[in-house]
Amino acid sequence: MSETPLLEVKGLTKSFGGVQAVNGISFTLNKGDLLGIIGPNGSGKTTTVNLISGFVKATSGRVIFKGRDITNMPPYKIVRLGIARTFQMVKPFYQLPAFKNMIIPLYSPRVKALAGGKYGDRDAVALDLLEEVGFERDNQVAYKAASVLPQGYLKRLELAKAISLQPDIMILDELFSGLSLAEVASIVPIIEKLLLEGKTIIMIEHRLKELFRIASRVIVLNFGEKIADGVAKEVMESDEVKKAYLGSEE
Amino acid sequence: MKKRKERIDRGIKVRSEDIFALSSWREMLYFAAPRVIPVAVFILLPLVLGDYWQRVYLSVAVFALLAISWDILSQSGMISLGQALFFGMGAYCSGVLNHYFGISPFLTIPIAAVVGGAICTVMLLPVLRLRGVYFSMVTLIIPLMLERVIEATKIFGGTEGLSGLDVLPSKWLEMYILVAAMIAALFGFRRMMTSDYGLVLTGIKDNDRSVMNAGINIYWFKIQALFIASAVGAFAGAMMTHVYRFVGMPVFALDYSILPIAAVMVGGPGSFAGAVLGAFILVPLSEALRALGGLRIVFYGVFLVVFVVGMPEGIFHFIARKYSQFERWAEVDK
Amino acid sequence: MLLGTIVYAIINSVILIMMSIGFNLTFGISGISNFAYGALYIFSAFSTYMLLQMVGLPYPVAALVSIVLTAAIGALMYRFILMRVRGQVLSEVIATFGIGLAILEFFRYLGFVGVEYALPVFIDDSFMIGEVYVDAQRLIIVASSVVLVGLLWLFVHYTSVGLAFRGIAQDERTALTFGMDSDWIATLSVSLGAALAAIAATVIIPLGTISVSQGYDVLINALAVSIIGGLGSTGGVIVASLVVGFAQRFTDTYIGSHWTMIVSLAAILLVLVIKPSGLYGKQKELEERI
Ligand SMILES: Nc1ncnc2c1ncn2[C@@H]1O[C@H](COP(=O)(O)OP(=O)(O)O)[C@@H](O)[C@H]1O
Ligand SMILES: [Mg+2]
Repeated sequence: MSETPLLEVKGLTKSFGGVQAVNGISFTLNKGDLLGIIGPNGSGKTTTVNLISGFVKATSGRVIFKGRDITNMPPYKIVRLGIARTFQMVKPFYQLPAFKNMIIPLYSPRVKALAGGKYGDRDAVALDLLEEVGFERDNQVAYKAASVLPQGYLKRLELAKAISLQPDIMILDELFSGLSLAEVASIVPIIEKLLLEGKTIIMIEHRLKELFRIASRVIVLNFGEKIADGVAKEVMESDEVKKAYLGSEE
Repeated sequence: MKKRKERIDRGIKVRSEDIFALSSWREMLYFAAPRVIPVAVFILLPLVLGDYWQRVYLSVAVFALLAISWDILSQSGMISLGQALFFGMGAYCSGVLNHYFGISPFLTIPIAAVVGGAICTVMLLPVLRLRGVYFSMVTLIIPLMLERVIEATKIFGGTEGLSGLDVLPSKWLEMYILVAAMIAALFGFRRMMTSDYGLVLTGIKDNDRSVMNAGINIYWFKIQALFIASAVGAFAGAMMTHVYRFVGMPVFALDYSILPIAAVMVGGPGSFAGAVLGAFILVPLSEALRALGGLRIVFYGVFLVVFVVGMPEGIFHFIARKYSQFERWAEVDK
Repeated sequence: MLLGTIVYAIINSVILIMMSIGFNLTFGISGISNFAYGALYIFSAFSTYMLLQMVGLPYPVAALVSIVLTAAIGALMYRFILMRVRGQVLSEVIATFGIGLAILEFFRYLGFVGVEYALPVFIDDSFMIGEVYVDAQRLIIVASSVVLVGLLWLFVHYTSVGLAFRGIAQDERTALTFGMDSDWIATLSVSLGAALAAIAATVIIPLGTISVSQGYDVLINALAVSIIGGLGSTGGVIVASLVVGFAQRFTDTYIGSHWTMIVSLAAILLVLVIKPSGLYGKQKELEERI
């Protein structure tokens, strides 16, 4: 392919003391892709994402976004360039109502720049965004303090925060974990819609069935190394993956 | 007939909607009273006080400003143990400008607020990158060290300090500048912290990672909060310099660091009203306890511990909650 | 003159180590910064003084009782106050600071001010090192600090409590899952820090008098050394003490005594600019698990 990829990860490596959390991972991501990252617990998925989003400093390797080297940039700069992420462990501002939680990303210089200086009423925008991810208007759930919201809404809030930044790439770290089947089923269409809008997404998931339905590509990590990369079906067929990942689950 | 106490939240309608639906004069009064009455008291108080208590009231305003400054920092996740740094820096800036360059207090005070605030901010800049207790440690020791530096190098009058500085033309002007500053700071910063900007600052305290993840440079915001807080403290110091016509080593003393914290702890953090209330309680109290001498500071220490452990919300939150509820006796259904 | 400066610089550094090692140890183990540290130091000194002068206990017994008493106060402080606000930095800082303030100012209020408040030296003698006079007390300080650091090292590396300390310090969550009682460990850590403050006071105070303002000085020194060395790192304390100790002594001798405080302040600001977490600090480097 001659087209330059949106994101290029080259030989990314991270060790925490003695632990090689991520070991020489490379992959590329094109615009409009949904890349799934799977692998057993502790295989380095979150660390990979942390490296891309700048929350952890790489031991070696490069991350190139839109042709620009963003390795080890501070997180806020990476967000401003257009990569937004969610956290596996959601930690909202508990004492604030859900929609007030949205104010902070909406205050971001990136959002201001995209809105062309004048933004209007952030509260209204926040409520619209929350409705998009499934905070029903009629039952006032967006006005409730985050501390009383169930996990499902907290995850939606986390997703809405990422969406509000209007990123080019969105990284979702185990968005579905801790949710019921019904909740997952109701979030999947939101992600499909984002894809239709041309967003590029990286999803870390343990819910393989749902992931494979929407993922255009999957990479598999094990002990910090990439052991497979390709179309979902092919990846699942490969022996290495079965041994490393599914073997341990079944 | 059995009765039980029934508790009703009064302010729900007023507080829950952006556009206040004030349906009756009673609700209007209910809403306005906590704002209008304190302001009226602040403004009228000097007129009824004698000379001695006017001086005390000046101190109240100064410590209220220092307490507000402390509260700005703490709401942004920075715990200062050295309000004396801001106070002393402002005091020395205005003192030096007035003594060596003969600049009028009308200029030295605003300049000292800005320049003093900026110097403090630059000194503390490196600590902002660290979380947790570093900020407290560094703010505690810098003013104490500056005190020694002045003592040792005899700079700016050394242990003698600079005396005979210019005063403001009238004591009423002095008084009302400070009172106005206190009122403006109280309501202005309350407003600031509930605005979207303030939300970002408190967000940094609660979860800095999440704020960073919103594409916001948390250091830049912390720097702004620090500058605002230190400028407020420096202003208070500069005012006192011209009130007492003197600036010297004591401006860096621990008293100016401790009393503001004690005031916030007693009044209650996070509202600024608590900070002011605390100053109104502690400063006159410590005047009344003057006979006890050093024991006063022992009391401050004990206050800090008792309130932080036993009543971390402070008195103001307690009053505010009571105000928004009222109780009545209701019949118990059989 | 050079030899003398070096000898006294070493002694000065060792005093700094003694003054700050307890503060740092407590922080390293339980993450509590004990701002009452200087007050505990002075408390122990006055307690020895009172036991010696008013109760009439023999000196070694008085000193030992004071050390135990100070350690007990540390433990009580954690159990009754800090435990209730555990994990909230704001409350921990203010509570310990308030306790320290109350203790120190209470002694001032009681009128414990004056040159008569002093402790006798252990051995009244002096030695020559080359051409430099050094009194026995200073040698005792150096010797006891070497012994103390050695004992601490053995304790942390070879006893089960010490190993638990290290476990908690490295990874509190995991340590908890192995059934370590974090409140118990934290109690011990504050108590041990207090005991170290008391030991430091016991050997250092005989050089001069006991004064309330020294309580603040000890806290300032402990904080300065910890900031420069890196919070929670014992190696950092030692290196930072040497750096500050030498810098102070040399400025004192060759530039002038009134510059020493400027040198300390400059050292702190410089370290903060170049390496904010201190020479050996892990604060910044330790990446959070997210
Ligand atoms: N901040 C950290 N400090 C030390 N070790 C870490 C840190 N973060 C992750 N690790 C280690 O790195 C490895 C990979 O972790 P992670 O990326 O979270 O895995 P995953 O998200 O695939 O479950 C694990 O062994 C984990 O213990
Ligand atoms: Mg993970």
